[in-house]
Amino acid sequence: MTGREMGSSGEIWVIAEQRGGKVAEVSLELLGKGRKLSRELDLTLSSVLLGDGVERAADELVFHGAEKVYLFEEERLGYYQGDAYARLLTDIAREHGPEIILIGATEIGRELAPRVAARLGTGLTAHCIDLHIDEVDGTPRLVHMVPGWGGNLVMHVVCSEKRPQIVTVKPGILPKPERNEDNKGEIVRVKPRLRADDFSRMETVEVVEETAEGIPLEPAEIVVCAGWGMNALGDLSKAKELAGVIGGVVAGTRPATDRGWVGEDQMIGQSGRSVRPRLFISLGASGAMHYTTGFTGSQVILAVDKNPQAPIFQVADIGIVGDLGEVLPCLIEELKKTG
Amino acid sequence: MGLDILVCIKQVPDPDHFSEVRLDARTGRIVREGIPAIINPLDRNALEEALRAKAKVSGKVTAISMGPPQARKALEEALAVGADRGVLLCDTAFAGADTLATATALFCAVRKLGRFDLIFCGNETVDSGTAQVGPQLSELLDIAQVSGVREVSYTGDNTLEVKRVLEHGYMRVRLKLPALLCVTKDTNQPRLPTVQSIMEVAGKEMITWTATDIGAPREHVGLKGSPTCAVGVYESKSGRRREIMQGSTEEKVRRAVTRLRELGAI
Repeated sequence: MTGREMGSSGEIWVIAEQRGGKVAEVSLELLGKGRKLSRELDLTLSSVLLGDGVERAADELVFHGAEKVYLFEEERLGYYQGDAYARLLTDIAREHGPEIILIGATEIGRELAPRVAARLGTGLTAHCIDLHIDEVDGTPRLVHMVPGWGGNLVMHVVCSEKRPQIVTVKPGILPKPERNEDNKGEIVRVKPRLRADDFSRMETVEVVEETAEGIPLEPAEIVVCAGWGMNALGDLSKAKELAGVIGGVVAGTRPATDRGWVGEDQMIGQSGRSVRPRLFISLGASGAMHYTTGFTGSQVILAVDKNPQAPIFQVADIGIVGDLGEVLPCLIEELKKTG
Repeated sequence: MGLDILVCIKQVPDPDHFSEVRLDARTGRIVREGIPAIINPLDRNALEEALRAKAKVSGKVTAISMGPPQARKALEEALAVGADRGVLLCDTAFAGADTLATATALFCAVRKLGRFDLIFCGNETVDSGTAQVGPQLSELLDIAQVSGVREVSYTGDNTLEVKRVLEHGYMRVRLKLPALLCVTKDTNQPRLPTVQSIMEVAGKEMITWTATDIGAPREHVGLKGSPTCAVGVYESKSGRRREIMQGSTEEKVRRAVTRLRELGAI
């Protein structure tokens, strides 16, 4: 896998996801990683964008590192359409033969990627946390790093023969590249040539936005996450007060979400959100792997729990062992005092 | 005339015991001895949705699983809550399959079983959690498919409409049968077996098939049929400071805040 193979366009593709013309954060994160890989492998970093009235989104992809954008614009492609998107992407992949295709492991991406991969009969690795080039059995390969067993272990996966190799990457793990309006890229307009059978078996007829109950987690600088241990306090008021004092947003573990303290959109962990804030504060969560995998990228982690043996202290920078009922008011006072 | 409904089920290790999974430092293999096996939780939702479709429209529910001989227990559980027939794909030729090779084995079995109007899968498993086998199977069968389904409405003889989850919202998708739906936990509340339904298990059909039985080419299933393969497993290491604050509550908190400031976190 050193650079361009026979019959290949010599490209890495990032399949961009957009909703209402706005590019998903994970697509930009993938451009950052794609840029790095494209340099190491001497490949061109291209992106593929489908939608309706998404020209500005195409520019955003260029500003974030895409050297080329294949742009499908069509009224009927405004919403994600399972059959149509899968066919168009499969056709253009067959035509250009990219080496690697990166897709965000979003709700849509996790459906679209396996559909395209199955059509192409190629390999697909799910929800990676990172990718790097490494020598495997004497050949440089793209190594897909996949968290397994609740995040306890990391598998290294390769796709040795089939091309393109397709990988989905978990949102919120890789850093977003800097936006630069001076970046130049080629916008390649592709005529979608839709067919009746693209919509005859299935069609998305509406996209309904549901406002999250809380503030979106991903852009937050500080996240305060409540675990089951907050039960002892009866409610989340102290966690909210703490977040208020330091300008953070409140999130929850799976048990806290199941208890109805926070919405699904505010749940941290393998089946929820991944965040990497400047400061992550874990309150009363023991530190199960499927939870900790959702914030491993945080710059600094503070954990409070009453059990000194809790695994959370193994993945935290700063640990306070103690009763939340005592520690939290004290922490709030201390932070108020020092501003 | 009713619906022919298929439910794909996987037997998985109980996630409550995941922290007991260790790497054998000598062999580099995953040690998972003694971890109890359960039906993948979302596959119970898939089964429930299949049983509801049968109740609503009439039909027959087949539960299928690929796995070792003990995966038969998962299928028996499916029969105990109301599935009509169980199919176990069991062969060493299936071992080491990635998601494409798994979907291929299921595809071969479906081809042998005949045509299905509706196929339900759990949206993802708790062990590998790829959410890939359902969509891949639908592509091999060349039928419509939706993942992340949280609500199913039967709108006509051959049509249905689903709500499919998105980040901060949902999509309404109209589908024509045959279709494959991957369901989430919000779809329904899975039922429990009754004394009556458990009694009925004995009279139900349970099939075990090998790769040869379903005409699955050996180069397309199991490890051989897998385009991807794991080349290493590593324990995820935390590069964290792991500083535990000492003293009274006030002292611990004061020290923690001082450290957070030194680290530039606040």
